[in-house]
Amino acid sequence: MTDIKGIYLDNNATTKVDPQVLEAMLPYFTEQFGNPSSIHQFGNQVGRAVNKARRQVQELLGAEFDSEIIFTSCGTESDSTAIYSALKAQPERTTIITTAVEHPAILAVGEQLEKEGYTIIRLGVDSKGRLDLDDYKKRLDDDVALVTVMWANNESGTIFPVVEMAEMAHEAGVMFHTDAVQAVGKIPIDLKSTKIDMLSLSGHKLHAPKGIGALYLRRGTRFRPFLRGGHQERGRRAGTENSASIVGLGVAAELAASRIEHENTFVRGLRDRLEHGILAANTHCFVTGDPDNRLPNTCNIAFEFIEGEAILMMLNKKGIAASSGSACTSGSLEPSHVMRAMGIPFTAAHGTIRFSLSCDNTQEEIDQVIATLPGIISRLRELSPYWSKEGPVENPDQAFEPTYA
Amino acid sequence: MWDYSETVKEHFYNPRNVGAVEEANGVGDVGSLTCGDALRLTLKVNPETEIIEDAGFQTFGCGSAIASSSALTEIIKGKTLDEALAVTNQDIADFLEGLPPEKMHCSVMGREALQAAIANYRGEVWEDDHEEGALICKCFAIEEPLIVDTIRANNLSSVQDVANYTKAGAGCSSCHEKIEEILARELEARGETFTPGAGRPDLVLERRTVAKKSKELPVMQNGAAKEEPAAPVKKAKSKLTLVQRIQKIEKAIEALRPALQADRGDVELIDVQDKTVFVKMTGACTDCSMAGLTLNGLQQKMMEELGEFVQVVPLSKRQLEEAGL
Repeated sequence: MTDIKGIYLDNNATTKVDPQVLEAMLPYFTEQFGNPSSIHQFGNQVGRAVNKARRQVQELLGAEFDSEIIFTSCGTESDSTAIYSALKAQPERTTIITTAVEHPAILAVGEQLEKEGYTIIRLGVDSKGRLDLDDYKKRLDDDVALVTVMWANNESGTIFPVVEMAEMAHEAGVMFHTDAVQAVGKIPIDLKSTKIDMLSLSGHKLHAPKGIGALYLRRGTRFRPFLRGGHQERGRRAGTENSASIVGLGVAAELAASRIEHENTFVRGLRDRLEHGILAANTHCFVTGDPDNRLPNTCNIAFEFIEGEAILMMLNKKGIAASSGSACTSGSLEPSHVMRAMGIPFTAAHGTIRFSLSCDNTQEEIDQVIATLPGIISRLRELSPYWSKEGPVENPDQAFEPTYA
Repeated sequence: MWDYSETVKEHFYNPRNVGAVEEANGVGDVGSLTCGDALRLTLKVNPETEIIEDAGFQTFGCGSAIASSSALTEIIKGKTLDEALAVTNQDIADFLEGLPPEKMHCSVMGREALQAAIANYRGEVWEDDHEEGALICKCFAIEEPLIVDTIRANNLSSVQDVANYTKAGAGCSSCHEKIEEILARELEARGETFTPGAGRPDLVLERRTVAKKSKELPVMQNGAAKEEPAAPVKKAKSKLTLVQRIQKIEKAIEALRPALQADRGDVELIDVQDKTVFVKMTGACTDCSMAGLTLNGLQQKMMEELGEFVQVVPLSKRQLEEAGL
């Protein structure tokens, strides 16, 4: 690895476990090793710790009851649980409404369900990644088992009006789930005042470890477990509790609740500084998504005529970590489905770079990134057939028309 | 991040021959849909000697696309056009000390740019005959179009058939669901129904059985995993005796041996059982990431010699040891 003290701007991918979280977890690997289900003293202390964590998560989400929190292994499990539960609990309903820009944890399940005969409606977005709520309202009918819409987009950071959409679903008598993996801990959430029935969250996006997540399940929402085989989580998610990680998630939730203002002032300020700095120092680049309505920590910039993986490799050499929506970084056929859904042109979609910050970042780091980027961008443009000495070649699409395999 | 070799990184961070060559008389523009990569290769060819005096590239693409372009220009400079045309994508990958399977298409793009530029110099029109698509089998870098074409050309109908003919799915087997989906689609198109056999395709099972057989242990009786190949095609019984077959198999190996030895590798015939030919990879072949392609070529050659379908199976070190070989 390069310099381990590098600048980490990929917090939407994963975050560092907070030292306080780690410290709280450690006893649950050693002296507090008991099974929380056991009657004896080894177990019941762990059981109490798990319940404390449940209340901490409840607090962060603004849930009415702590029993509405079900611990799972990850955000993806929470998503799958929500979708399959809605279908199993309402077998007469065979349609799911979602969006074209969801995380694969939702989209891939949708594709599979389509093969099994279900109807999946994927709402499109405009050039800023926004949904058409009138169109959405028209799609709500008695065949819809579930609406599942992400709270905030992982790539662009764009926030969807899920509170309003849940109201609309509720009026139409349709269950509503939101994948809030990117939103939890970054923007204030108060579930008891909404009509959201289910919500997924993931620990490692908010400084808890990987391998722990939670599903919020509103009391009274019809539910069918994804995993059966035990009474854990009130029979709604069988399997011995990952007690150390649950304790970690609880502490991380409490920390996130206490830092939410910091996130929306300090971190947002750093993000804006980074964005303005990059846009001022580089030509032919633009912000993707909806700049007025997005997560405070995320900024996604498309650099035209160059490719994202190449940018990332050069950034990595300078100790800067970010991510890209280019096809290459994922090994898939196409650039990011999120960028495609927003109609970002091909030569820009391949060059999108996501910078996602956390409260661990500093202004010095941000300034260093701003200073480093122009050299990388101009170097790669020198290599690009779409670029001449001063700027893009005239009519880039016609000047360079390769034969595509 | 990809596990790139040091040479790939070196050619990415310090690419050679960047930019368009002045007074270029051959230009090739190609793109690869798989990665959204595109490459323009410009050549300055001496019309008298047909030697490539200078080569330059401009690439829109990822790290390995830029490194492959750089490597290509280094390889071809000073070569005659005919020598340059003999450069394969494998040569480019080898020059870079290997590419991840997902990135092999970058080297293909380099070879295609070369063909296109030479065609342009000669006033010909270059046509792309290589179709790209989603990578299905990561072990052997096999893409969907090759699988589809092979299924159609040979009327294949099982995962094992696909593994036998293309090698796709013959490794870790994680891609079998995708191969089944392709088969289901192709069989439906020709009016048949895809019926997967119970359990594993017997490719995997046979390997194990043989390794145990040679140690004279009881053969696995677990019949559930034995899938009957559904393809009625190409199942004709061999009319050759075992000795004749082995001679022809050795002949196929001999034909490819010089190429293998040039790369400091070799293949040794271990056993022939029905339609399965067991070999031992030696020398540089042992841990070569492209061994799959080598075996594919070998299998093809054997099938040509024998006029029947055979499957070449490399025995692992562990299997050889277990069998006392």
